[in-house]
Amino acid sequence: MSLLEVKNLEVRFAMRKEELVALRDVSFKVEKGERLGIVGESGAGKSVAAFSILNLISKPGYISAGEIIFEGQDLTKLSPQQMSQIRGNRISMVFQDPMMTLNPVLTIGTQMTEALHAHQDISKEDAKQRAIETLAQVHIPSAATRFDQYPHELSGGMRQRVVIAIALITKPPLIIADEPTTALDVTIQAEIMDLMMELCRTSEVGLILITHDLGVISQMTQRAIVMYAGRIVEEGDTKDIINDAYHPYTHGLMDALPQKTTPGQRLNQIKGVMPALSSIPDGCAFNPRCPLVADICRTTIPDYSNIGSTRVACHKAAPRGS
Amino acid sequence: MLAFFVRRLVQAALVMLIISVIAFSIQDNLGDPLREMVGQSVSEAERQALREEMGLNDPFLIQYWRFLKKAVQGDLGTSYFFKRPAVDVILDKLPATLELVFGASLIIILFSVPIGVFAAIYPKHWFSKLAMGVSIVGISIPVFLTAILSIYIFSVELNWLPSFGRGETVEIFGGWTTGFLTRDGLVHLILPCIALSSIMLPLFIRLIRAEMLEVLESEYVKFAWAKGLSPNRVWFLHALKNTLLPVITVGGVQIGTLIAYTILTETVFQWPGMGFLFLEAVNRVDTPLIIAYLIVVGLIFVITNTVVDLIYGLVNPMVKLARPQGGDD
Repeated sequence: MSLLEVKNLEVRFAMRKEELVALRDVSFKVEKGERLGIVGESGAGKSVAAFSILNLISKPGYISAGEIIFEGQDLTKLSPQQMSQIRGNRISMVFQDPMMTLNPVLTIGTQMTEALHAHQDISKEDAKQRAIETLAQVHIPSAATRFDQYPHELSGGMRQRVVIAIALITKPPLIIADEPTTALDVTIQAEIMDLMMELCRTSEVGLILITHDLGVISQMTQRAIVMYAGRIVEEGDTKDIINDAYHPYTHGLMDALPQKTTPGQRLNQIKGVMPALSSIPDGCAFNPRCPLVADICRTTIPDYSNIGSTRVACHKAAPRGS
Repeated sequence: MLAFFVRRLVQAALVMLIISVIAFSIQDNLGDPLREMVGQSVSEAERQALREEMGLNDPFLIQYWRFLKKAVQGDLGTSYFFKRPAVDVILDKLPATLELVFGASLIIILFSVPIGVFAAIYPKHWFSKLAMGVSIVGISIPVFLTAILSIYIFSVELNWLPSFGRGETVEIFGGWTTGFLTRDGLVHLILPCIALSSIMLPLFIRLIRAEMLEVLESEYVKFAWAKGLSPNRVWFLHALKNTLLPVITVGGVQIGTLIAYTILTETVFQWPGMGFLFLEAVNRVDTPLIIAYLIVVGLIFVITNTVVDLIYGLVNPMVKLARPQGGDD
């Protein structure tokens, strides 16, 4: 049994006049200790997918169809109380901007131990001990001093380490990280990624990593999902997605990496922009931007087809350059 | 902490100095005090002599300097009407006004926080919509109208509550008269306190709701939910503490405004406080009393704002009171 299995998930936003579909027919699995990357441009539905697992989508969003099976139970059917026993306990989250994630008026210690107290019957002293150990585990120097400090006394990188420590403190089997390094300096980004990699490996924690950085995906994850306009367009082993992708959108993302361009040349980009949820085109959502577009793409939504380890939704699926 | 106090003390002294200049300069613009002190029968020559004797003919700065020297020693002149030191007259009435303000503040705090928080957590609940609607009406009705209406309904028609005065008071701590310790005193406090709080209460409900709504959308509240904390902990620790930061700041300033509103409330309810006294003093052109009132109220303003700053420092860890100005934040 997989650790997490998302089946045909559909998320809608109930707006005043219409219902916007933010995620359609999203299915994927995470095995125990596996690291899965979700990649796509802004607005592709990566974060909605991640937040819907813990039912944390902001209103007016809601899960309209599908199942989220985690450790054998369907999370979409849990009561709010049961859900809060999963949150922070069995599945933890790391957010994008560490400057905003920590509560400015509570100490690091309070924000760490409250996660423990919410889920375990643990004494104050033991909780403090665990918190300090976890801070040391994420390589925060003089952890005992940090315990009594407030977030504003720490740098951005340190704060993200604290956030990771909070996510880890209950020893969950799955962590969902939503662009955990986007708000950090490049040098700090690498440190944080290394740290997350190390922690996932040593404690067998599963990871769902949301990012728009294919470089990060290729270093960090074993499997990868490419999303476009609320739908998975390609999914497979990370090395196959990176080296032998079939979907023209994935090709476009790969070509847009600066490494693919010789210095002095303009960066490659995918023409056009991601459509808004209210104006997703008929047929394949990518068709107005697609270099391989054919008539069928404008009328019919492509089904998934399996090619090797890869599952791809494209009428013209083909290896790059062919 | 000590540095903060010293800095604050210097600021307070400066503010008081400015207030005293303004208060004192009113003197020349309120008409001739002699007309109030002596009758029509006194001849012009005698008036001139009196003026000279009282120093009213000296240049402004000399008069002010004389005033300041005495003021520092706690002497703000003698009330023309009461023939007693103005400070004493004011201080006699201080407890009545402060208890009124205290009662109104209590009502504001006890009602605005729960209602504002509720309206933010359940914005679509009928009670939230009702509270928002009523609060708009409340803000729009002037204090004296609320006061008169409440007297009409609860005193005249229903005959439940007394309409004027402080009722029975007891003296505590040698000289402070309180209405909080007797049943009669408490009953007399109800209507004036409600009337006085009637403008600030809706204002604070709306302020707290707006701040709380914003905080509930913040990333750190989302993160708190993601930790699986109980709703009570998320709302009342994570969200409320951040909500209260701006509310405390506004609250400190508004306590001063509340004291200003007591003039209206006290007049309508015949409340024997400073505001009522002030209005009488204005009618009698009792300049020393007017000046003394302005200075005492200014002092209360400065003191409450200092206390509010201290409380703010306790709630907001980013304000380090001990650190000198221009710290590293």
